[in-house]
Amino acid sequence: MKFSKIEFTVGCFIVAAIICGVMLALKVAGLTFDFKTDSYTVHGYFDNVGSLKLRSPVKIGGVVIGRVSNIYVDPEKLVPVVEMEIQQKYNMLSSESKASILTAGLIGEQYIGITPGFYDEDMGTTYLKDGDRINDTGSAIVLEDLIGKFLYSVNKSDSSSESSSSGSGDAENVQ
Amino acid sequence: MFILNLILKLGGWGQRRLSAIGRATIMLFYSLVGRPQFRKNFPQLIRQIYVVGVQSISIIVVSGLFIGMVLGLQGFHVLVDFMAEGALGQMVALAIIRELGPVVTALLFAGRAGSALTAEIGLKKATEQLLSMEMMAVDPLRRVIAPRFWAGVISLPLLTVIFTLVGIFGGKLVGVDWLGVDDGIFWSGMQSSIDFWDDLMMCAVKSVVFAITVIWIALFNGYDLVPTSVGISKATTNTVVQSSLAVLGLDFVLTAVMF
Repeated sequence: MKFSKIEFTVGCFIVAAIICGVMLALKVAGLTFDFKTDSYTVHGYFDNVGSLKLRSPVKIGGVVIGRVSNIYVDPEKLVPVVEMEIQQKYNMLSSESKASILTAGLIGEQYIGITPGFYDEDMGTTYLKDGDRINDTGSAIVLEDLIGKFLYSVNKSDSSSESSSSGSGDAENVQ
Repeated sequence: MFILNLILKLGGWGQRRLSAIGRATIMLFYSLVGRPQFRKNFPQLIRQIYVVGVQSISIIVVSGLFIGMVLGLQGFHVLVDFMAEGALGQMVALAIIRELGPVVTALLFAGRAGSALTAEIGLKKATEQLLSMEMMAVDPLRRVIAPRFWAGVISLPLLTVIFTLVGIFGGKLVGVDWLGVDDGIFWSGMQSSIDFWDDLMMCAVKSVVFAITVIWIALFNGYDLVPTSVGISKATTNTVVQSSLAVLGLDFVLTAVMF
């Protein structure tokens, strides 16, 4: 067999580059090859989805059990709808479960946290199936609203405590 | 009179530029279009990948490692002020994959391989090797230019991939092993912010575009130079300057289009 040093090193170069590419895809981009994961889709109506994005995680107690697959507004009710794909192995979720939009940390990304509900056949609860709707939902907390409420309540308590005395200028503005 | 002279000069300059672009396109067209002869050209291609790609690995690996390490160090000192050093992996990976990987590799490639190609082809022209090839009914465009072009287009994306991985490893080396960022947060933050198609594939597209640009400029400057020693030195300088500027300009355009 003819052995050429140049061909060998070029072969090594290409193999090294391919290995680097595969490592980048797997380790850095977190690409997985399970294209057809067994999952079922449920949806929920929210008042406000905040900055929830496609492929945001769906978690129970911090463990990822699925991903957000679609976000749209119901064309008739004009209410935001979030569709989530939940892995098939978590198929024992009661229909009384609560889905709420939570934030990881103060400035972290938003995700859907599911609080499992009770399961009792006599009371008419069922397991969530493909296409079901989660009735009990909690909307995203919008920080600006919260700050607005806080400022308002601070002003109000200020004015009530200081109404006996002179009262500050700010409080009078609010009233 | 002065204004007339100015306009004449401008016209002459524009005409020279345009005709150079035209000659470059014709050169590329004739060297690439035609019946492919894999058996005859394959050994040439392997040889050129060795010269252009394999011999550039050392500079790519070393500079990738140090750029990643510097990014890790600088990023850590800024992020630690906000108690956000967990985002270090994300920052290093995004910076290297989106911008530094393709751009720096293309710049290094222009300096390391592009100038060498220009000088080589220029010397072939100055010593009339290209003409004598034509005398022997061997098309110098197909025999000399084409394998070098394909070798560059194949090598630069591969070098970019190596650069990117080594750079991220360098960032990890400084951030995790030296400065004590948590290993798990470093990698998972990176994985959650980097998308295979949006980031890695766009990185690959960028590097292919840069490869075509750099190698085309290098080959044309060599093929079109004035065959004297001054001409060769001018052409090699032109290759490095023009391809660096072209890469940086194209990078802005591509980034504006992609992200």
